[in-house]
This record gives sequence, structure tokens and C-alpha cells, in this order.
Amino acid sequence: MIDIFLLEAILNGILLGGVLALLALGLNIVFGVIDVVWICYAELIMFGMYGNYVLHKDLGWPLLLAFAVCVVVVAVLGVLLHWLVIRPVLGGAPINQLLVTGGVLTFMQALATLVFGIEFRNLGISMPSLELGEIFLSQSRIWACGVSLVAVALLWLFLKKTYLGTAIRAISQDREIMPLMGVKPGRIYLITSAIGGGLAGLAACLLVLQYDVHPAIGLTFGPITFMVCVMGGLGNLLGGFLAAFIFAQFIQVGGFYFELEWGYVFAFCFFIAMMFWRPQGLLGKRA
Amino acid sequence: MLRVEGVSAGYGSFQALFDVALAVEAGEAVAVIGPNGAGKTSLLRVVSKLIEPRTGTIDFDGHDLAGLGADEVTALGMAHVPEHRRLFAGLTVEENLRMGAFLPAARKQFSTRLEHVYELFPRLAERRDQIAGTLSGGEQQMCAIGRGLMSGPKLLLLDEPSAGLAPVIVQQVFDMVQRIRSEGFTVLIVEQNIQQVLRVVDRAYLLEVGRIKASGAASELLASDDIRRAYIGL
Amino acid sequence: MGRLANLIGLVALLAVPMLGVSDYVLHLGITILIWGFVYTAWSLMGRFGLVSLGHGAFLGIGAYTVTMLWNHAGISPWLGIPVAVALAVLVAVLIGYPCFRFRITGHYFALVTLALGEIVLMLIVALRDWTGGSLGVTPASALSADVSFSLVALQVSSKGVFFYVAVGLWLLGLWVWKRVDSSMARYALEAANEQEDAAASVGVDVTRTKLTITVLSAALTALGGIAYGQYQLYINPETVSGIAKSLEIVFAVIAGGMYVRLGPTFGAAFTLLLAEGLRVAFGHDVHGLDGTIYGLMLVIFIIFMPEGILGRLARLWETRRAPTSPRTASA
Repeated sequence: MIDIFLLEAILNGILLGGVLALLALGLNIVFGVIDVVWICYAELIMFGMYGNYVLHKDLGWPLLLAFAVCVVVVAVLGVLLHWLVIRPVLGGAPINQLLVTGGVLTFMQALATLVFGIEFRNLGISMPSLELGEIFLSQSRIWACGVSLVAVALLWLFLKKTYLGTAIRAISQDREIMPLMGVKPGRIYLITSAIGGGLAGLAACLLVLQYDVHPAIGLTFGPITFMVCVMGGLGNLLGGFLAAFIFAQFIQVGGFYFELEWGYVFAFCFFIAMMFWRPQGLLGKRA
Repeated sequence: MLRVEGVSAGYGSFQALFDVALAVEAGEAVAVIGPNGAGKTSLLRVVSKLIEPRTGTIDFDGHDLAGLGADEVTALGMAHVPEHRRLFAGLTVEENLRMGAFLPAARKQFSTRLEHVYELFPRLAERRDQIAGTLSGGEQQMCAIGRGLMSGPKLLLLDEPSAGLAPVIVQQVFDMVQRIRSEGFTVLIVEQNIQQVLRVVDRAYLLEVGRIKASGAASELLASDDIRRAYIGL
Repeated sequence: MGRLANLIGLVALLAVPMLGVSDYVLHLGITILIWGFVYTAWSLMGRFGLVSLGHGAFLGIGAYTVTMLWNHAGISPWLGIPVAVALAVLVAVLIGYPCFRFRITGHYFALVTLALGEIVLMLIVALRDWTGGSLGVTPASALSADVSFSLVALQVSSKGVFFYVAVGLWLLGLWVWKRVDSSMARYALEAANEQEDAAASVGVDVTRTKLTITVLSAALTALGGIAYGQYQLYINPETVSGIAKSLEIVFAVIAGGMYVRLGPTFGAAFTLLLAEGLRVAFGHDVHGLDGTIYGLMLVIFIIFMPEGILGRLARLWETRRAPTSPRTASA
């Protein structure tokens, strides 16, 4: 007979996996297309969470309207990030492209501290728990997981069925000949940045229902998002999806037996071990 | 259709082309032949504007190509099938073909052209859902040419379509080129396999270390003793 | 001439505590020297393209090992230091060897080291029963009103004395840098950074050379962490570990310039004086203001001046002196 609390942890892991999958997807698609890691990705999400807080709590906008506006605003932020920060260093050393977004991370985190202070804020919405026999699951988590999965599916359809989506998948395989297809790579980069930002904005809406927002929140789930992406194989969307669920189980079940931090420690150790065992990612082929 | 005059080009301090001139009329098939490293690939890359010429003019279908990017040249109706085929290895055959029809004007014709390409290369139709990277060399070349045709080009540039293929397959590739010709496409083809290519084109230019050394009707060049001795080894 | 200037500079530096300067000035000096030392250690790797986002791990291992041994087992830092450094070296090898062996470079290397930094951060927090968790920990004090110096505990209340310790460490960092420079390793690594296969084909053992540099860098960084802990007599996970600390290192090094020997030290001085300057200008701490400026400047530096302030100055100086010389700072 399986422990009921363990079962609850596993189910929570699945719910977390859905959200992690969404988080990783935005980062992954940007890396796949532009070959740049947005180290400040989680800070875009933080920005979106504050945006929701301001619009809904301070200005009293309806929640869904605030959500929609935040998704758009963070998408625009993604475009600006690419245009102002990434584009000028695209020809430079690859590591500069990573470090420059590190500068954006520091900037955004400090700016949030400057504007909002360091206290924790939340929307003050609490949804009742869902009771399944003896298992309690948070409704906001179920929503988050459900919406994430729908978003992932929609994005997958877009990538698979449209010309633009096909180009987004093609560009990571052969950047140089894209113009021969009549494609302007710069335009694809901007569109991809908007998608990456939009996904961060959506993630912000889902996370703000579960977690308090504070300036350092990006540091708590930023690293895990990178790990998920790398383990899936940066740019490999399906691999990232799988990795998200594996990581989530590590965190939830590891946290169930020990403490939450241990869950993370196990997950990161597992990540490093995986890097050595399958450096190309879960689903990648050995070069 | 295409008029290249006084074109020089290179990479960094290396100059690949010196004062090159050539012309392709509508409906013609023209070859640029020459040994390895003669600058043939650079010539096609200049024509499709993957690299910018240092001097000279390129006129395509009444448009001066100065200042245009490769994507804009493609939109004007030029399709460049690059060296080594350069398929999107992780996409399926049909997705590769769809990329060939990326331009808005081409999208409308997608299904008719797709049918046409499949008629031309029935093997591709059989393998439409296969990942392009897993195709054989000859099939990959078909897919690359098919991708070029999907935009409905006025001029098709082929860069060494026979390179790296087994002799039997080389024969098939030139049959393909022949078929495309008979469809009425205008073709500029660059090749090292001189004997074979001269049988399927109307005219040819001989390129040596970046300069045009000779030109003429394909049959004349094929009969020329100099060329036979130097390149065909007879 | 260079040698004489160095000597004069060193004597001037050593004279600082004797000039009767305030404790505040000495504090700034010590902080700059310790962090300059850490940043120099980081740059040993960084300038060869081994960008680590996990050096917080080595700081943390250094500072926490020594403090934990002292607090919980009463083991003197004299023994704790070699243990901590050995531990840092062990971790560096465990991570570095597979990375270099499997050619994990660039983004991937940065992210693997990022994971390492997070593991150490999380471990410090998770082991809160011993480490005090995120609240931090104070090494059990051996000092009192009468005792201003404890050799066993390696604690000292006089900033003047600690200043000399910091100078010693800092000189150690510069010396290692110079040794690396003058040994073959430098050419080997530069070649490896450019073209790993090419370097391997001319007989450079790329894996081994990279590992040596990594071990040196980790050991020195751990020493830096220990020095910081013994100086502040307080450590917490955020100040010695995690991604924020690692990015701080990167920022300072990039601002100063990681391709010239004094660049990292310059970066330490620059960032600290900027923060202090802002604090003085506003009369109090404005939370987030310095970070906002750092972040913005980091972006601007990388876009417009990737060789850093001192790197740029050095290049201007060189081109002024030898206008025909084609050498440019590598960026």
C-alpha cells in the first residue's frame, strides 16, 4: 500500500512538472532559434508577476484583463531585450551573449527592489483545495498545470503546422541558408523573442496565483528552469518537456522524504550527473 | 535573365573572383565549370547575394541587385540550391519543401507545386514524412532541388549537385537536371563533373582561379582538346 | 622601469596602515584586496573562455568548512584551511574533469557550474541545524575586550593586521596569474580556447591544462572565501554562494577587464567604490540602486567595451606608445 502522502507528493510533482515545462519552453525556443541563453528569463517572469500585482491589486483591474495585458507586456519586453541587448552582441563571443543577459538580470532584480522594496506581495486570492479522498491538491496548481499544457500544445501546433513555425524550427538547423528560403533571420529572432517573452508572461500569471512575488523570486526558479532546458537538450522542445516532469518529481518527492532544499540538491546533482552521462540532453543524439 | 559584369569578390584578405562576367538568357541552361577551388561556389554565392561583391554589377530579371540581401533576391525569383545540399536535417521531407515555399507569393501555390515536385521526383513522395537527414545522398539532392523549385523560381542556381555522390547516383542527378530543363526552367549550374554537365547544358564558362578563361557552346567545349586534356583526362 | 614602479606601488600599499588612516579606509582597502584576489582567481579561468557561474560554490566551501570545523569540532583554521582548500579542489576536479573530458564548453559549462553553485547554496540552507541556514553564522569568537588577537582561531580585531593578510593573499593571486602566464599553459589554453581540436593535434593536453587552471582557480577562490569569513566574522549563504554572487564576480571582472593582470582588482575597487559612492551621495542605503547601475553598466560594458576599463586603458596606452604595433586586446 503506497503512502497517501507520497502519492500526494507525486501528484504535486506532476502539477509542478506542467508549469516547469511551460517555463522551460520559453527559454528553450529562444535558445533553439537565436542560440542565446536568457539568464534573465526568470526576471521577465518576476516583472510579469509584479505587473499582475500592480494592475489587479493597485489599479483594481479584473484579473483576466490584467493577465492578458501582462502576457502582452512581457512579450514586448522580450522583443526589447532582443533588440536592445542581444542584437548588438550577436556577432561577438558567445559567452558575452550569456553574460549580457546576466547584466539584465541584475538590473531587473535591483530595479524591482528600488520600486517595490524587498517585501513579499501577493494578489490575496486563495482558491480552495481540491479533495480527492484523503489527498489535497491546490486548485491554483491544477489550473497552472492545465493552462501550461494547453499552451504547450498550442505552441507545438504552431511550430508544426505553420510556415512561421516551420521556419522557427528550421533556423536552428541551418542559420546561414535561411535567406535562400526568403526568410529574414532577424525577423524570426524578433518573433521568437516575442514568443519567449509571451510564455514568460503567461508563466507569471500562473505563478502569481501560487507564490508571493519579491525581487529575488527569479533566483529561486531561474536556475531550475535552465537545468530543465539543458537536461532536455537546449533547443530540444520535447526533451525539455520530459525533463520538466523528471525534475519536478525530484523536487517534490525528494522534498517529501527530506526537506524542500534537499529536493533541489538532488535535482541539481542529478542534472550534473546527466550532463556527464548524456551531455547532448535526454533526447539528443551523440555527435 | 541574369547579367554579371566585372564582379570581384572574396572573404577577408582572400580574393576568390576577379572581374567575372557572364550572362544567362531566359530558358537557357548554363554551366560554370572548373577545377576545385576555382571560385565556382563563390560565384553562385555572389549571384544570390549570400556574399556582397566588391566591385561589379549583377542584374537579375531587370533588377539591379546592388544593396539587396539574399532574402530579397530570393523574393525576386532566384532559387539557390547550395553546395552540400544543406537540407534542414531534422525536419521531414515535406517540411523542407514547405520551407522552400516560405515566401508569401509561393505559399498560395504550395499544393500545386508540391504535387509537381512529387511528380518530378516520385521518390520524395514516398518519403514525404521521413526525416531529411536520414535520406540517401541522391534523395537528399532531389529534396534540395525540390525545395528550390517550390518557390517557383525564374532562375535556378545549382551548386555542385553531383558532389559526393556515387557514380550511379551522379547519373541520376544529371537526369534530374535534364528533366528540370525540359520543364522550361532557366538553370545556372556549377560543376566539377565537366563531361557530364556539358551534356545537359547549352553553354558553359570555364572558371580558373577566379577568372573566366573560356566560354562557348557546350558541344564546342566538350570537343575542345584543351579542355579534354586538362579536365576530362582523355 | 616596470619593476621599479611595481616596487614603489607595493611599498606605498604596505605603508597605508601606518599612515594613521581611519578604520573605514582600511576596511575599504581590505575588502577591495580580498575581492580583488577572488576576482583574479576567477579570471584565471574566465580569460580562457572557461566562464564559471558557480564560483560562489568555492567561496562557500571555503568559508563554511573552516567555520563549521571551528564551531562544531573546535578544529583550528590552521587545519581547517587545508581541509577546505582540499575540498574545493576535490569538487573542482569532480566537476571539471568530466566537463573538459566531454568538451562541455561555453553555455553548457556556464550552466553546469551554475548548478554547482546552486547545490552548495541549497546545501548550506538545508543543513541549517549546523550552518544556521539562510540566517548565516558567526565563527565562535576567540576575541574579547582583552584579547585582540587569537592565533589558534585566526581571528584578529585590528584592521591594520588584517590589511597585511589581505595584501599577502592578493599578491599570491597576482603571482599565480604571472606563473600561469609565463608557463606553457597560457599558450596551450589560448590555443584551446580558439580551436580545441587544433590544439589537441599539436600535442596540447587540453583536458589536463584546463583542469590545472580550474583547480588553481578553485583553491584560490576558497582561500578568498575563508579570508572573507575570518575578516567579517559572519557569513551567510547569499554573501558567499549562489547565482547572484557569481554574477557579481562576472560584473566586476568584466568592468575591470579580465585580460590584464590588475583588471580584476580594478573591477573590485570600481564596484566597491561605486556602491560606497552611491551610499554617500544619497546619505543612506537605497536598496537596489547600486544593482540597477551595475546591471545597466554590465550590459553597456559588454556591448561597447568587452575588454573592460583597465583593458581599454592598457590598449590605448600601448597604441600610444607603439602606434605601429598591430596588437589588440583580445575580446
